[in-house]
Amino acid sequence: MTRLSEIIRRDLRLALRQGSDSIMVVTFFVLTVVLFPFGLGPETNLLERTSAGILWVTALLASMLSLDRLFLADYEDGSLELLALTPTALELLVIGKVVAHWLTTGLPLIVAAPVLAVLLQMNGDGFATLVLTMLLGTPTLSLIGAIGAALVLGARRGGVLLSLLVLPLYVPVLIFGVGAIDAAVQDLPSKAQLLVLGGMLLAALPLAPWAAAAALRQALE
Amino acid sequence: MHRFANPARFLRLAAAIQPWTAAATVLLIGAGLYFGLIASPADYQQGQTVRIMYVHVPSAWLGMACYSTMAIASAMALIWKHPLADLIGKSAAPIGAAFTFLCLVTGSLWGKPMWGTWWAWDARLTSMLILFFLYLGYMALANAFDDPTRGAKASAVLALAGFVNVPVIKFSVDWWNTLHQPASVTKIGMPSIDPSMLLPLLLMGVGFTTFFVTVLLVRVRSEIMASKIRAIRLMQIHSTPGAVASGEVVG
Amino acid sequence: MSSLATYFSMGGYASYVWTSYALTAVVMVGLAVSTWRGMKARESELKVLQDLTPGRRGRSKDTQG
Repeated sequence: MTRLSEIIRRDLRLALRQGSDSIMVVTFFVLTVVLFPFGLGPETNLLERTSAGILWVTALLASMLSLDRLFLADYEDGSLELLALTPTALELLVIGKVVAHWLTTGLPLIVAAPVLAVLLQMNGDGFATLVLTMLLGTPTLSLIGAIGAALVLGARRGGVLLSLLVLPLYVPVLIFGVGAIDAAVQDLPSKAQLLVLGGMLLAALPLAPWAAAAALRQALE
Repeated sequence: MHRFANPARFLRLAAAIQPWTAAATVLLIGAGLYFGLIASPADYQQGQTVRIMYVHVPSAWLGMACYSTMAIASAMALIWKHPLADLIGKSAAPIGAAFTFLCLVTGSLWGKPMWGTWWAWDARLTSMLILFFLYLGYMALANAFDDPTRGAKASAVLALAGFVNVPVIKFSVDWWNTLHQPASVTKIGMPSIDPSMLLPLLLMGVGFTTFFVTVLLVRVRSEIMASKIRAIRLMQIHSTPGAVASGEVVG
Repeated sequence: MSSLATYFSMGGYASYVWTSYALTAVVMVGLAVSTWRGMKARESELKVLQDLTPGRRGRSKDTQG
């Protein structure tokens, strides 16, 4: 457990020192969301109806921005190999990295989302569910993304390839994230959708680090 | 298990099976075409367009079967470090992608007269579209590394991760589709299958399967030869020190 | 002759039905042909390489096994 917090703190320190990642991700999120009213037209009804989808799709893309660097720096300077030699399981390393990634990208997105929901005229009933779906969904995105990030280590055009690998796997999270918000806005129960999102997170929590660690081992061979 | 890991033994086995599966493919698809296009009636609701089903549905079956083959081969490659399993996974992917593509296009051609539109976000078609993207990702990853064995291993992990996800995606898309069922679009129901329709469907399904097996065997043979070629090239580089510089360019 | 014409018109859906079958044929035959050609190309390449290095032929088989 102390090893885990050490990994997380190390990554957070690095992220804070560079400082730009979280700001860039949020800026991308805000800018892209703001583009939609220009593309769709500013009618309140249209924006209100599409707001959940716009926010979730954009959050999905934003959380992928910094994903390709999740293991890359450590892979290139050799510290990943050193970490693999320590008795710490690689799975633990992956979990630590994912937590740090979520804290630096997922959490800022969740903070920004309600503000953007106001801009998109989202119905007031949807706000709480929006935050809740993102709390349950964005960790799953980071977990699935970690598999992709580990797989493309050493590949040509890793960044573009990563999005090709990861986006199809993000579809269920997107569907149930938007579904829950839409239900809440229409005054329907959204508990089932939230439970499914939670279930996906619970399933990804052990499976994704395991798969990502397997991919890392192959990258280090 | 490891009896078949020996490439030489596999090559002999493949050479023995191949003519039979090739002949079976021709016979089965020939018979399927006869029963599908000539000796079966038109559906009373969908008319002659029901004949598209005889290529559309087997393509869908094979699109899914190829992915399962890939996933099983990938699991064997990861667990038993089976050298042939890597090659089987890599060889099955383009075939599966081709069938998934066919399923999508014939589905669209079936949808135009039935739905009045080329594409509807029908649950089954949407799932196949995502499956197609999974194939594209797999093939892109397998070819993204300078070292082909690294590509094979990475894509094996991806195939398994995708395979675990396929039921989740299927479930999500089905749920999403019932939520957004557009009123104007009627679903292409599977027509209540008459025995005269079942026969060509099954013939084509089995014929497509033997086609898959035949092409897969040839592709695996091809991959085995490719790895032999690489091994010889590598050895040439190592045995002649002067050739290292030029060898790097080749490799 | 007219019965043949009605057959090929597929109840007015000729373009959909025949395009589906034609496309399926093109993709499957194309896949089979390209697979076969690729295999033949590698076979001949392997042959040339093995003929060039006759002394190492045995050794290469050992490392393969």
